[in-house]
Amino acid sequence: MDLRKIFAIARKDWIEVRQNKYAWIPMLIVPLIFVVIMPLVFTLVIPALQVDPQDVISSDQDIEFFIERMPEELARHINFDEPMQSMIVIMLGYMLAPMFLILPMMYSTIIAAESFAGERERKTIEALLYTPASDADLLLGKVAASAIPSLMATWLSFLLYTLILNIAPFAYFQRIWFPLPTWWPLIFWVAPAMIVLGIAFTVIISARVQNFLGTYQSSASLVMLVVVLFAGQITGALYLSVLVEMVIGLVIWIAAGILSLYAVKTFSRKALLAGTNS
Amino acid sequence: MSEVVFCDQVEFKYSENYALSGFDLRVERGEVIALLGPNGAGKTTSVRVMNGLLPVENGSVKVFDMNAADQGEKIRQRTGVLTETPALYERLTALQNLNFFGTMAGLPAGGIEQRSRHMLDVFGLADRADDRVDTYSKGMKQRLAIARAMLHDPELLFLDEPTSDLDPEAARQVGDTILDITGRNNRTVILCTHRLFEAEQLCDRVAVMRKGRVMAFGTLDELRKAVLPAISVIFRIASPFAADQIQWLKDQRGITEVQVRQDTELVLNMPDEAPIPSVVEHFVGLGAAILAVEPRRASLEDIYMHLQHTDRKEKKWI
Repeated sequence: MDLRKIFAIARKDWIEVRQNKYAWIPMLIVPLIFVVIMPLVFTLVIPALQVDPQDVISSDQDIEFFIERMPEELARHINFDEPMQSMIVIMLGYMLAPMFLILPMMYSTIIAAESFAGERERKTIEALLYTPASDADLLLGKVAASAIPSLMATWLSFLLYTLILNIAPFAYFQRIWFPLPTWWPLIFWVAPAMIVLGIAFTVIISARVQNFLGTYQSSASLVMLVVVLFAGQITGALYLSVLVEMVIGLVIWIAAGILSLYAVKTFSRKALLAGTNS
Repeated sequence: MSEVVFCDQVEFKYSENYALSGFDLRVERGEVIALLGPNGAGKTTSVRVMNGLLPVENGSVKVFDMNAADQGEKIRQRTGVLTETPALYERLTALQNLNFFGTMAGLPAGGIEQRSRHMLDVFGLADRADDRVDTYSKGMKQRLAIARAMLHDPELLFLDEPTSDLDPEAARQVGDTILDITGRNNRTVILCTHRLFEAEQLCDRVAVMRKGRVMAFGTLDELRKAVLPAISVIFRIASPFAADQIQWLKDQRGITEVQVRQDTELVLNMPDEAPIPSVVEHFVGLGAAILAVEPRRASLEDIYMHLQHTDRKEKKWI
Protein backbone atom coordinates (compact mmCIF):
# COMPACT_ATOMS: atom_id res chain seq x y z
CA MET A 1 0.00 0.00 0.00
CA ASP A 2 1.43 3.36 -1.05
CA LEU A 3 -0.09 6.30 0.83
CA ARG A 4 1.47 8.81 -1.54
CA LYS A 5 -0.32 7.29 -4.51
CA ILE A 6 -3.57 6.89 -2.58
CA PHE A 7 -3.65 10.57 -1.66
CA ALA A 8 -2.57 11.62 -5.17
CA ILE A 9 -5.63 9.81 -6.58
CA ALA A 10 -7.88 11.31 -3.91
CA ARG A 11 -6.55 14.83 -4.55
CA LYS A 12 -6.86 14.49 -8.32
CA ASP A 13 -10.42 13.13 -8.09
CA TRP A 14 -11.43 15.93 -5.77
CA ILE A 15 -10.14 18.55 -8.22
CA GLU A 16 -12.20 16.85 -10.93
CA VAL A 17 -15.36 16.73 -8.80
CA ARG A 18 -15.04 20.46 -8.10
CA GLN A 19 -15.02 21.09 -11.83
CA ASN A 20 -18.12 18.97 -12.52
CA LYS A 21 -21.21 21.11 -12.01
CA TYR A 22 -23.48 18.07 -12.20
CA ALA A 23 -21.69 16.82 -9.11
CA TRP A 24 -21.38 19.89 -6.96
CA ILE A 25 -24.66 21.69 -7.71
CA PRO A 26 -26.78 19.03 -5.91
CA MET A 27 -24.14 19.03 -3.19
CA LEU A 28 -24.87 22.72 -2.62
CA ILE A 29 -28.62 22.82 -3.17
CA VAL A 30 -29.73 19.90 -0.99
CA PRO A 31 -27.79 21.00 2.11
CA LEU A 32 -28.97 24.55 1.48
CA ILE A 33 -32.56 23.32 1.80
CA PHE A 34 -32.05 21.06 4.83
CA VAL A 35 -29.39 22.99 6.70
CA VAL A 36 -30.28 26.61 5.99
CA ILE A 37 -33.75 27.16 4.51
CA MET A 38 -35.82 24.76 6.61
CA PRO A 39 -34.29 25.87 9.93
CA LEU A 40 -34.80 29.51 8.98
CA VAL A 41 -38.42 28.82 8.01
CA PHE A 42 -39.18 27.30 11.41
CA THR A 43 -37.11 29.71 13.49
CA LEU A 44 -37.61 33.03 11.70
CA VAL A 45 -40.32 32.91 9.02
CA ILE A 46 -43.07 31.20 11.02
CA PRO A 47 -42.65 33.53 14.01
CA ALA A 48 -42.44 36.54 11.70
CA LEU A 49 -45.72 35.52 10.07
CA GLN A 50 -47.21 35.17 13.56
CA VAL A 51 -48.32 31.61 12.85
CA ASP A 52 -49.32 29.81 16.03
CA PRO A 53 -46.70 27.07 16.63
CA GLN A 54 -49.46 24.86 17.97
CA ASP A 55 -51.14 25.10 14.58
CA VAL A 56 -47.94 23.84 12.93
CA ILE A 57 -47.78 20.84 15.24
CA SER A 58 -51.50 20.15 14.92
CA SER A 59 -51.41 20.47 11.17
CA ASP A 60 -50.56 16.80 10.80
CA GLN A 61 -52.02 13.88 12.71
CA ASP A 62 -48.74 12.02 12.41
CA ILE A 63 -46.90 14.76 14.27
CA GLU A 64 -49.47 14.71 17.04
CA PHE A 65 -49.18 10.95 17.22
CA PHE A 66 -45.38 11.28 17.28
CA ILE A 67 -45.58 13.62 20.27
CA GLU A 68 -48.13 11.55 22.14
CA ARG A 69 -46.06 8.35 22.00
CA MET A 70 -42.66 10.03 22.40
CA PRO A 71 -40.43 8.23 24.92
CA GLU A 72 -39.36 10.14 28.02
CA GLU A 73 -35.73 10.12 26.82
CA LEU A 74 -36.72 12.44 23.98
CA ALA A 75 -39.61 14.28 25.62
CA ARG A 76 -37.49 15.61 28.46
CA HIS A 77 -35.73 17.98 26.07
CA ILE A 78 -39.01 19.66 25.12
CA ASN A 79 -40.49 22.45 27.21
CA PHE A 80 -44.15 22.01 26.39
CA ASP A 81 -44.96 25.25 28.22
CA GLU A 82 -43.17 27.17 25.48
CA PRO A 83 -45.01 26.45 22.20
CA MET A 84 -42.41 28.07 19.96
CA GLN A 85 -39.53 26.18 21.61
CA SER A 86 -41.54 22.97 21.44
CA MET A 87 -42.25 23.35 17.77
CA ILE A 88 -38.61 24.08 16.95
CA VAL A 89 -37.26 21.15 18.98
CA ILE A 90 -39.85 18.73 17.60
CA MET A 91 -39.51 19.77 13.98
CA LEU A 92 -35.80 20.56 13.73
CA GLY A 93 -34.42 18.53 16.61
CA TYR A 94 -36.31 15.30 16.05
CA MET A 95 -38.43 15.15 12.89
CA LEU A 96 -35.70 16.35 10.55
CA ALA A 97 -32.96 14.19 12.11
CA PRO A 98 -33.32 11.17 9.80
CA MET A 99 -33.62 13.45 6.78
CA PHE A 100 -30.21 14.86 7.68
CA LEU A 101 -28.78 11.45 6.77
CA ILE A 102 -29.62 12.20 3.15
CA LEU A 103 -26.57 14.46 3.13
CA PRO A 104 -23.79 11.90 3.78
CA MET A 105 -25.57 9.45 1.50
CA MET A 106 -25.80 12.00 -1.28
CA TYR A 107 -22.25 13.35 -0.86
CA SER A 108 -20.71 9.88 -0.93
CA THR A 109 -22.70 8.53 -3.87
CA ILE A 110 -22.15 11.63 -6.01
CA ILE A 111 -18.40 11.77 -5.41
CA ALA A 112 -17.96 8.01 -5.76
CA ALA A 113 -20.00 7.96 -8.98
CA GLU A 114 -17.85 10.78 -10.37
CA SER A 115 -14.68 9.06 -9.22
CA PHE A 116 -15.40 5.55 -10.48
CA ALA A 117 -17.93 5.79 -13.32
CA GLY A 118 -16.98 9.34 -14.35
CA GLU A 119 -13.41 8.26 -14.99
CA ARG A 120 -14.57 5.40 -17.19
CA GLU A 121 -17.03 7.65 -18.99
CA ARG A 122 -14.29 10.11 -19.87
CA LYS A 123 -11.99 7.22 -20.88
CA THR A 124 -9.23 8.36 -18.57
CA ILE A 125 -9.28 5.14 -16.58
CA GLU A 126 -6.94 3.26 -18.91
CA ALA A 127 -4.01 5.63 -18.40
CA LEU A 128 -4.51 5.29 -14.65
CA LEU A 129 -4.53 1.49 -14.90
CA TYR A 130 -1.21 1.53 -16.76
CA THR A 131 0.51 3.18 -13.78
CA PRO A 132 2.46 0.94 -11.38
CA ALA A 133 -0.17 1.47 -8.66
CA SER A 134 -1.63 -1.73 -7.20
CA ASP A 135 -5.36 -2.52 -7.38
CA ALA A 136 -5.54 -1.81 -3.64
CA ASP A 137 -3.93 1.63 -4.11
CA LEU A 138 -6.43 2.47 -6.86
CA LEU A 139 -9.42 1.35 -4.83
CA LEU A 140 -8.28 3.02 -1.61
CA GLY A 141 -7.39 6.21 -3.46
CA LYS A 142 -10.84 6.42 -4.93
CA VAL A 143 -12.55 5.48 -1.67
CA ALA A 144 -10.52 8.20 0.10
CA ALA A 145 -11.52 10.64 -2.65
CA SER A 146 -15.16 9.97 -1.79
CA ALA A 147 -15.05 9.30 1.94
CA ILE A 148 -12.93 12.18 3.21
CA PRO A 149 -14.82 15.04 1.49
CA SER A 150 -18.16 13.37 2.26
CA LEU A 151 -17.33 13.15 5.95
CA MET A 152 -15.99 16.69 6.02
CA ALA A 153 -19.04 18.03 4.18
CA THR A 154 -21.40 16.15 6.53
CA TRP A 155 -19.68 17.48 9.62
CA LEU A 156 -19.52 21.01 8.17
CA SER A 157 -23.23 20.82 7.37
CA PHE A 158 -23.87 19.67 10.94
CA LEU A 159 -21.77 22.54 12.30
CA LEU A 160 -23.72 25.03 10.20
CA TYR A 161 -27.03 23.47 11.26
CA THR A 162 -25.92 23.70 14.89
CA LEU A 163 -24.99 27.35 14.52
CA ILE A 164 -28.28 28.27 12.82
CA LEU A 165 -30.39 26.34 15.30
CA ASN A 166 -28.74 28.09 18.22
CA ILE A 167 -28.43 31.58 16.79
CA ALA A 168 -31.70 32.09 14.86
CA PRO A 169 -34.13 31.15 17.67
CA PHE A 170 -31.93 32.46 20.50
CA ALA A 171 -34.67 34.85 21.54
CA TYR A 172 -36.91 31.91 22.44
CA PHE A 173 -34.35 29.64 24.09
CA GLN A 174 -31.87 32.07 25.66
CA ARG A 175 -29.37 29.17 25.74
CA ILE A 176 -27.42 26.75 23.58
CA TRP A 177 -29.93 23.91 23.14
CA PHE A 178 -28.62 22.05 20.10
CA PRO A 179 -27.21 19.43 19.44
CA LEU A 180 -29.58 17.17 21.32
CA PRO A 181 -27.97 13.95 22.67
CA THR A 182 -29.55 11.88 19.86
CA TRP A 183 -27.58 13.80 17.23
CA TRP A 184 -24.12 12.67 18.38
CA PRO A 185 -24.47 9.01 17.37
CA LEU A 186 -26.38 10.14 14.28
CA ILE A 187 -23.50 12.29 13.06
CA PHE A 188 -20.49 10.34 14.30
CA TRP A 189 -21.75 6.74 14.07
CA VAL A 190 -24.64 6.43 11.61
CA ALA A 191 -23.51 9.07 9.06
CA PRO A 192 -20.00 7.55 8.55
CA ALA A 193 -21.65 4.13 8.13
CA MET A 194 -23.96 5.66 5.51
CA ILE A 195 -20.94 7.09 3.70
CA VAL A 196 -19.13 3.73 3.56
CA LEU A 197 -22.34 2.00 2.49
CA GLY A 198 -22.92 4.61 -0.23
CA ILE A 199 -19.38 4.27 -1.57
CA ALA A 200 -19.37 0.46 -1.55
CA PHE A 201 -22.76 0.38 -3.27
CA THR A 202 -21.58 2.88 -5.88
CA VAL A 203 -18.36 0.94 -6.57
CA ILE A 204 -20.42 -2.19 -7.26
CA ILE A 205 -22.93 -0.28 -9.41
CA SER A 206 -20.19 1.51 -11.35
CA ALA A 207 -18.83 -1.84 -12.55
CA ARG A 208 -22.12 -2.33 -14.39
CA VAL A 209 -23.12 1.19 -15.38
CA GLN A 210 -20.77 3.06 -17.68
CA ASN A 211 -21.56 6.71 -16.91
CA PHE A 212 -21.65 9.11 -13.99
CA LEU A 213 -25.34 10.02 -14.12
CA GLY A 214 -26.50 6.40 -14.50
CA THR A 215 -24.34 5.29 -11.59
CA TYR A 216 -25.44 8.20 -9.41
CA GLN A 217 -29.11 7.60 -10.16
CA SER A 218 -28.79 3.90 -9.33
CA SER A 219 -26.89 4.60 -6.12
CA ALA A 220 -29.42 7.25 -5.15
CA SER A 221 -31.91 4.43 -4.56
CA LEU A 222 -30.13 4.05 -1.20
CA VAL A 223 -32.02 7.15 -0.11
CA MET A 224 -34.93 4.78 0.49
CA LEU A 225 -33.14 3.80 3.71
CA VAL A 226 -33.47 7.35 4.95
CA VAL A 227 -37.10 7.51 3.85
CA VAL A 228 -37.80 4.33 5.83
CA LEU A 229 -36.20 5.86 8.93
CA PHE A 230 -38.17 9.07 8.44
CA ALA A 231 -41.43 7.22 7.90
CA GLY A 232 -40.73 5.03 10.92
CA GLN A 233 -40.23 8.02 13.12
CA ILE A 234 -43.12 10.12 11.85
CA THR A 235 -45.53 7.23 12.29
CA GLY A 236 -44.28 6.62 15.81
CA ALA A 237 -43.08 3.17 14.90
CA LEU A 238 -39.41 3.98 15.39
CA TYR A 239 -38.06 6.70 17.66
CA LEU A 240 -34.44 7.58 16.98
CA SER A 241 -33.19 7.39 20.54
CA VAL A 242 -29.47 6.99 21.23
CA LEU A 243 -29.82 3.23 21.63
CA VAL A 244 -31.90 2.84 18.48
CA GLU A 245 -29.39 4.90 16.54
CA MET A 246 -26.50 2.79 17.82
CA VAL A 247 -28.30 -0.36 16.68
CA ILE A 248 -29.25 1.12 13.29
CA GLY A 249 -25.67 2.31 12.87
CA LEU A 250 -24.36 -1.16 13.66
CA VAL A 251 -26.67 -2.74 11.11
CA ILE A 252 -25.58 -0.23 8.46
CA TRP A 253 -21.90 -0.79 9.32
CA ILE A 254 -22.37 -4.54 8.91
CA ALA A 255 -24.15 -4.06 5.58
CA ALA A 256 -21.44 -1.59 4.51
CA GLY A 257 -18.76 -4.09 5.52
CA ILE A 258 -20.31 -6.90 3.52
CA LEU A 259 -20.78 -4.69 0.46
CA SER A 260 -17.21 -3.36 0.82
CA LEU A 261 -15.79 -6.87 0.88
CA TYR A 262 -17.77 -7.70 -2.23
CA ALA A 263 -16.59 -4.47 -3.88
CA VAL A 264 -12.95 -5.26 -3.05
CA LYS A 265 -13.34 -8.78 -4.37
CA THR A 266 -14.81 -7.65 -7.67
CA PHE A 267 -12.52 -4.62 -8.13
CA SER A 268 -9.92 -5.46 -10.74
CA ARG A 269 -8.24 -3.91 -13.70
CA LYS A 270 -10.01 -6.42 -15.96
CA ALA A 271 -13.42 -5.39 -14.62
CA LEU A 272 -12.58 -1.71 -15.03
CA LEU A 273 -11.48 -2.28 -18.62
CA ALA A 274 -14.64 -4.19 -19.51
CA GLY A 275 -16.44 -2.29 -22.22
CA THR A 276 -13.39 -0.19 -23.11
CA ASN A 277 -11.73 -2.83 -25.28
CA SER A 278 -11.14 -1.78 -28.84
CA MET B 1 20.74 -8.03 -27.48
CA SER B 2 18.52 -9.43 -24.75
CA GLU B 3 14.85 -10.30 -24.98
CA VAL B 4 12.54 -7.68 -23.48
CA VAL B 5 9.19 -9.21 -24.45
CA PHE B 6 8.38 -12.90 -24.69
CA CYS B 7 4.82 -13.95 -25.52
CA ASP B 8 4.16 -17.58 -26.26
CA GLN B 9 0.83 -19.01 -27.44
CA VAL B 10 -1.13 -16.41 -25.49
CA GLU B 11 -4.90 -16.70 -25.30
CA PHE B 12 -7.24 -14.11 -23.85
CA LYS B 13 -10.97 -13.59 -24.21
CA TYR B 14 -13.41 -10.84 -23.29
CA SER B 15 -16.52 -12.73 -22.19
CA GLU B 16 -16.99 -15.27 -25.00
CA ASN B 17 -14.83 -13.83 -27.77
CA TYR B 18 -11.13 -14.52 -28.05
CA ALA B 19 -9.20 -11.27 -28.48
CA LEU B 20 -5.86 -13.10 -28.53
CA SER B 21 -5.48 -16.63 -29.78
CA GLY B 22 -2.06 -18.22 -30.27
CA PHE B 23 -0.36 -14.84 -29.93
CA ASP B 24 3.44 -15.06 -30.18
CA LEU B 25 5.92 -12.20 -30.01
CA ARG B 26 9.61 -11.79 -29.19
CA VAL B 27 11.10 -8.31 -28.92
CA GLU B 28 14.78 -7.57 -28.36
CA ARG B 29 16.10 -4.61 -26.38
CA GLY B 30 16.43 -1.45 -28.45
CA GLU B 31 14.14 -2.63 -31.24
CA VAL B 32 11.30 -0.59 -32.67
CA ILE B 33 8.48 -2.99 -33.48
CA ALA B 34 5.17 -2.40 -35.21
CA LEU B 35 2.06 -4.37 -34.36
CA LEU B 36 0.17 -3.91 -37.58
CA GLY B 37 -3.42 -4.94 -38.02
CA PRO B 38 -6.99 -3.81 -38.54
CA ASN B 39 -9.31 -2.77 -35.69
CA GLY B 40 -10.13 -5.80 -33.59
CA ALA B 41 -6.94 -7.65 -34.49
CA GLY B 42 -5.92 -7.69 -30.81
CA LYS B 43 -3.25 -4.96 -30.77
CA THR B 44 -4.63 -3.05 -27.78
CA THR B 45 -5.40 -6.24 -25.90
CA SER B 46 -1.85 -7.47 -26.40
CA VAL B 47 -0.51 -4.23 -24.89
CA ARG B 48 -2.82 -4.69 -21.90
CA VAL B 49 -1.70 -8.27 -21.47
CA MET B 50 2.00 -7.37 -21.72
CA ASN B 51 1.50 -4.76 -18.99
CA GLY B 52 -0.24 -7.20 -16.67
CA LEU B 53 -3.62 -5.46 -16.87
CA LEU B 54 -5.40 -8.55 -18.11
CA PRO B 55 -4.77 -12.12 -16.97
CA VAL B 56 -4.29 -14.54 -19.86
CA GLU B 57 -6.28 -17.74 -20.20
CA ASN B 58 -3.37 -19.76 -21.58
CA GLY B 59 0.20 -19.20 -22.67
CA SER B 60 3.09 -17.28 -21.22
CA VAL B 61 3.77 -13.52 -21.14
CA LYS B 62 7.12 -12.31 -19.84
CA VAL B 63 8.37 -8.75 -19.94
CA PHE B 64 11.89 -7.98 -18.66
CA ASP B 65 11.89 -11.67 -17.73
CA MET B 66 9.02 -11.06 -15.29
CA ASN B 67 5.70 -12.83 -15.45
CA ALA B 68 3.06 -10.32 -16.49
CA ALA B 69 0.33 -12.24 -14.69
CA ASP B 70 1.71 -11.62 -11.21
CA GLN B 71 4.40 -8.95 -11.58
CA GLY B 72 2.40 -6.31 -13.44
CA GLU B 73 3.28 -3.54 -10.99
CA LYS B 74 7.03 -4.11 -11.42
CA ILE B 75 6.66 -4.32 -15.18
CA ARG B 76 4.66 -1.10 -15.33
CA GLN B 77 7.40 0.71 -13.41
CA ARG B 78 9.61 0.13 -16.46
CA THR B 79 7.05 0.63 -19.24
CA GLY B 80 5.25 3.68 -20.56
CA VAL B 81 2.03 3.48 -22.53
CA LEU B 82 0.44 5.95 -24.90
CA THR B 83 -3.17 4.78 -24.89
CA GLU B 84 -5.37 4.82 -27.97
CA THR B 85 -7.19 7.92 -26.73
CA PRO B 86 -5.00 10.49 -24.95
CA ALA B 87 -6.81 9.66 -21.65
CA LEU B 88 -5.81 12.95 -20.05
CA TYR B 89 -7.68 14.64 -17.23
CA GLU B 90 -9.14 17.46 -19.26
CA ARG B 91 -10.31 19.51 -16.29
CA LEU B 92 -6.76 19.58 -14.95
CA THR B 93 -3.88 21.61 -16.35
CA ALA B 94 -1.08 19.95 -18.30
CA LEU B 95 1.27 20.40 -15.34
CA GLN B 96 -1.27 18.92 -12.90
CA ASN B 97 -1.67 15.94 -15.23
CA LEU B 98 2.06 15.25 -15.39
CA ASN B 99 2.56 15.86 -11.67
CA PHE B 100 -0.19 13.35 -10.91
CA PHE B 101 1.21 10.67 -13.23
CA GLY B 102 4.72 11.37 -11.93
CA THR B 103 3.51 10.56 -8.42
CA MET B 104 1.74 7.44 -9.65
CA ALA B 105 4.91 6.33 -11.43
CA GLY B 106 6.78 6.63 -8.15
CA LEU B 107 9.09 9.49 -9.09
CA PRO B 108 10.74 11.17 -6.06
CA ALA B 109 8.38 13.82 -4.66
CA GLY B 110 11.00 16.59 -4.78
CA GLY B 111 11.75 16.16 -8.46
CA ILE B 112 8.32 15.63 -10.00
CA GLU B 113 7.47 19.21 -10.88
CA GLN B 114 10.90 19.82 -12.36
CA ARG B 115 10.65 16.65 -14.44
CA SER B 116 7.11 17.55 -15.56
CA ARG B 117 8.19 21.02 -16.64
CA HIS B 118 11.17 19.54 -18.48
CA MET B 119 8.92 17.15 -20.40
CA LEU B 120 6.50 19.96 -21.27
CA ASP B 121 9.46 21.91 -22.57
CA VAL B 122 10.74 18.94 -24.62
CA PHE B 123 7.30 18.50 -26.21
CA GLY B 124 6.82 22.20 -26.91
CA LEU B 125 4.06 22.75 -24.36
CA ALA B 126 5.93 24.74 -21.71
CA ASP B 127 4.07 27.98 -22.41
CA ARG B 128 0.71 26.21 -21.97
CA ALA B 129 1.72 24.30 -18.81
CA ASP B 130 -0.88 25.94 -16.62
CA ASP B 131 -3.77 25.78 -19.11
CA ARG B 132 -6.51 23.23 -18.71
CA VAL B 133 -6.12 20.34 -21.12
CA ASP B 134 -9.62 20.83 -22.54
CA THR B 135 -8.30 24.02 -24.18
CA TYR B 136 -5.64 22.04 -26.11
CA SER B 137 -5.84 20.98 -29.77
CA LYS B 138 -5.86 17.26 -30.61
CA GLY B 139 -2.20 17.34 -31.63
CA MET B 140 -1.21 19.07 -28.39
CA LYS B 141 -3.14 16.54 -26.35
CA GLN B 142 -1.39 13.71 -28.14
CA ARG B 143 2.02 15.26 -27.50
CA LEU B 144 1.10 15.71 -23.85
CA ALA B 145 0.00 12.08 -23.68
CA ILE B 146 3.36 11.00 -25.14
CA ALA B 147 5.11 13.22 -22.57
CA ARG B 148 3.10 11.45 -19.88
CA ALA B 149 4.07 8.03 -21.21
CA MET B 150 7.75 9.02 -21.15
CA LEU B 151 7.69 10.95 -17.89
CA HIS B 152 9.44 8.23 -15.88
CA ASP B 153 11.89 7.46 -18.71
CA PRO B 154 10.58 3.94 -19.40
CA GLU B 155 12.80 1.30 -20.99
CA LEU B 156 9.89 -0.07 -23.00
CA LEU B 157 7.41 2.27 -24.63
CA PHE B 158 4.06 1.23 -26.09
CA LEU B 159 2.45 3.63 -28.55
CA ASP B 160 -1.13 2.60 -29.35
CA GLU B 161 -2.42 4.22 -32.54
CA PRO B 162 -0.45 7.44 -31.94
CA THR B 163 -1.69 9.28 -35.01
CA SER B 164 -5.20 7.94 -35.42
CA ASP B 165 -7.90 10.59 -35.24
CA LEU B 166 -5.41 13.37 -35.99
CA ASP B 167 -5.50 15.73 -38.95
CA PRO B 168 -2.54 15.41 -41.35
CA GLU B 169 -0.60 18.30 -39.82
CA ALA B 170 -1.03 17.06 -36.25
CA ALA B 171 -0.24 13.52 -37.39
CA ARG B 172 2.96 14.81 -38.96
CA GLN B 173 3.93 16.61 -35.74
CA VAL B 174 3.31 13.50 -33.67
CA GLY B 175 5.09 11.33 -36.25
CA ASP B 176 8.15 13.58 -36.03
CA THR B 177 8.01 13.33 -32.25
CA ILE B 178 7.93 9.53 -32.44
CA LEU B 179 10.84 9.51 -34.87
CA ASP B 180 12.77 11.59 -32.39
CA ILE B 181 11.87 9.26 -29.51
CA THR B 182 12.71 6.06 -31.32
CA GLY B 183 16.10 7.38 -32.35
CA ARG B 184 17.17 8.02 -28.76
CA ASN B 185 18.62 6.06 -25.85
CA ASN B 186 18.35 2.60 -27.32
CA ARG B 187 14.74 2.54 -26.11
CA THR B 188 12.53 -0.40 -27.04
CA VAL B 189 9.30 0.71 -28.69
CA ILE B 190 6.20 -1.26 -29.63
CA LEU B 191 4.00 0.72 -31.98
CA CYS B 192 0.42 -0.42 -32.58
CA THR B 193 -0.94 0.94 -35.78
CA HIS B 194 -3.03 0.26 -38.81
CA ARG B 195 -1.13 2.86 -40.78
CA LEU B 196 1.32 1.07 -43.03
CA PHE B 197 3.54 4.04 -43.71
CA GLU B 198 4.09 4.56 -39.99
CA ALA B 199 5.21 0.98 -39.57
CA GLU B 200 7.45 1.16 -42.62
CA GLN B 201 8.93 4.52 -41.68
CA LEU B 202 9.53 3.98 -37.98
CA CYS B 203 10.06 0.32 -37.27
CA ASP B 204 12.87 -2.23 -37.47
CA ARG B 205 10.48 -5.19 -37.60
CA VAL B 206 6.79 -5.56 -38.28
CA ALA B 207 4.34 -8.05 -36.79
CA VAL B 208 1.23 -8.34 -38.94
CA MET B 209 -1.73 -9.30 -36.77
CA ARG B 210 -5.04 -10.83 -37.67
CA LYS B 211 -7.76 -12.18 -35.41
CA GLY B 212 -5.68 -12.16 -32.27
CA ARG B 213 -2.49 -13.71 -33.61
CA VAL B 214 0.71 -12.64 -35.30
CA MET B 215 0.55 -13.89 -38.88
CA ALA B 216 4.03 -12.76 -39.89
CA PHE B 217 6.92 -11.08 -38.10
CA GLY B 218 10.19 -9.75 -39.39
CA THR B 219 11.96 -7.00 -41.27
CA LEU B 220 10.37 -5.92 -44.52
CA ASP B 221 12.89 -8.04 -46.46
CA GLU B 222 12.19 -11.06 -44.26
CA LEU B 223 8.45 -10.60 -44.72
CA ARG B 224 8.89 -10.32 -48.48
CA LYS B 225 10.95 -13.49 -48.62
CA ALA B 226 8.47 -15.33 -46.44
CA VAL B 227 5.17 -14.04 -47.75
CA LEU B 228 5.51 -12.47 -51.21
CA PRO B 229 8.98 -13.24 -52.56
CA ALA B 230 8.05 -12.60 -56.21
CA ILE B 231 9.04 -9.40 -57.94
CA SER B 232 7.32 -7.55 -60.75
CA VAL B 233 9.39 -5.94 -63.50
CA ILE B 234 8.01 -3.14 -65.60
CA PHE B 235 9.52 -3.59 -69.06
CA ARG B 236 9.09 -0.76 -71.56
CA ILE B 237 10.46 -0.37 -75.09
CA ALA B 238 10.10 2.33 -77.71
CA SER B 239 8.05 0.40 -80.31
CA PRO B 240 5.10 -1.96 -79.71
CA PHE B 241 5.85 -5.52 -78.62
CA ALA B 242 5.31 -8.16 -81.33
CA ALA B 243 3.27 -11.26 -80.55
CA ASP B 244 6.26 -13.56 -80.93
CA GLN B 245 8.29 -11.37 -78.56
CA ILE B 246 5.58 -11.74 -75.90
CA GLN B 247 5.43 -15.47 -76.49
CA TRP B 248 9.24 -15.69 -76.11
CA LEU B 249 8.95 -13.99 -72.74
CA LYS B 250 6.18 -16.37 -71.64
CA ASP B 251 8.37 -19.33 -72.60
CA GLN B 252 11.30 -18.22 -70.46
CA ARG B 253 12.00 -20.24 -67.32
CA GLY B 254 11.81 -18.02 -64.27
CA ILE B 255 9.07 -15.77 -65.67
CA THR B 256 5.79 -16.82 -64.13
CA GLU B 257 3.46 -14.33 -65.78
CA VAL B 258 3.46 -11.70 -68.51
CA GLN B 259 0.88 -8.91 -68.31
CA VAL B 260 0.36 -6.51 -71.21
CA ARG B 261 -0.24 -3.02 -69.90
CA GLN B 262 0.16 -1.07 -73.11
CA ASP B 263 1.54 -1.81 -76.59
CA THR B 264 4.96 -0.78 -75.40
CA GLU B 265 4.80 -1.82 -71.73
CA LEU B 266 4.69 -5.23 -70.03
CA VAL B 267 4.75 -6.39 -66.43
CA LEU B 268 6.83 -9.52 -65.91
CA ASN B 269 6.30 -11.49 -62.70
CA MET B 270 9.20 -13.64 -61.51
CA PRO B 271 10.33 -15.24 -58.23
CA ASP B 272 13.67 -13.36 -58.31
CA GLU B 273 15.82 -11.11 -60.52
CA ALA B 274 17.65 -13.98 -62.28
CA PRO B 275 15.83 -13.79 -65.67
CA ILE B 276 16.33 -10.02 -66.11
CA PRO B 277 19.84 -10.02 -67.71
CA SER B 278 18.88 -12.62 -70.34
CA VAL B 279 15.68 -10.71 -71.22
CA VAL B 280 17.59 -7.47 -71.64
CA GLU B 281 20.28 -9.21 -73.69
CA HIS B 282 17.63 -10.82 -75.94
CA PHE B 283 15.81 -7.56 -76.69
CA VAL B 284 19.07 -5.65 -77.24
CA GLY B 285 19.99 -8.39 -79.73
CA LEU B 286 16.67 -7.77 -81.51
CA GLY B 287 17.56 -4.10 -81.80
CA ALA B 288 14.78 -2.93 -79.48
CA ALA B 289 15.20 0.44 -77.80
CA ILE B 290 14.73 -0.38 -74.11
CA LEU B 291 13.27 2.57 -72.22
CA ALA B 292 12.78 1.01 -68.76
CA VAL B 293 13.46 -2.15 -66.75
CA GLU B 294 12.06 -1.41 -63.29
CA PRO B 295 11.99 -4.27 -60.78
CA ARG B 296 9.34 -3.71 -58.14
CA ARG B 297 9.35 -5.73 -54.95
CA ALA B 298 6.27 -6.35 -52.83
CA SER B 299 5.52 -3.38 -50.60
CA LEU B 300 4.44 -3.69 -46.99
CA GLU B 301 0.94 -2.86 -48.21
CA ASP B 302 1.04 -5.82 -50.64
CA ILE B 303 2.21 -8.12 -47.87
CA TYR B 304 -0.33 -6.77 -45.39
CA MET B 305 -3.23 -7.12 -47.80
CA HIS B 306 -2.11 -10.62 -48.74
CA LEU B 307 -1.98 -11.67 -45.07
CA GLN B 308 -5.31 -10.10 -44.23
CA HIS B 309 -7.11 -11.75 -47.11
CA THR B 310 -5.41 -15.09 -47.44
CA ASP B 311 -7.54 -18.14 -46.72
CA ARG B 312 -4.65 -20.05 -45.23
CA LYS B 313 -5.71 -19.22 -41.70
CA GLU B 314 -3.41 -21.66 -39.99
CA LYS B 315 -0.25 -20.73 -41.79
CA LYS B 316 2.18 -18.37 -40.11
CA TRP B 317 5.05 -16.65 -41.87
CA ILE B 318 7.64 -16.29 -39.17
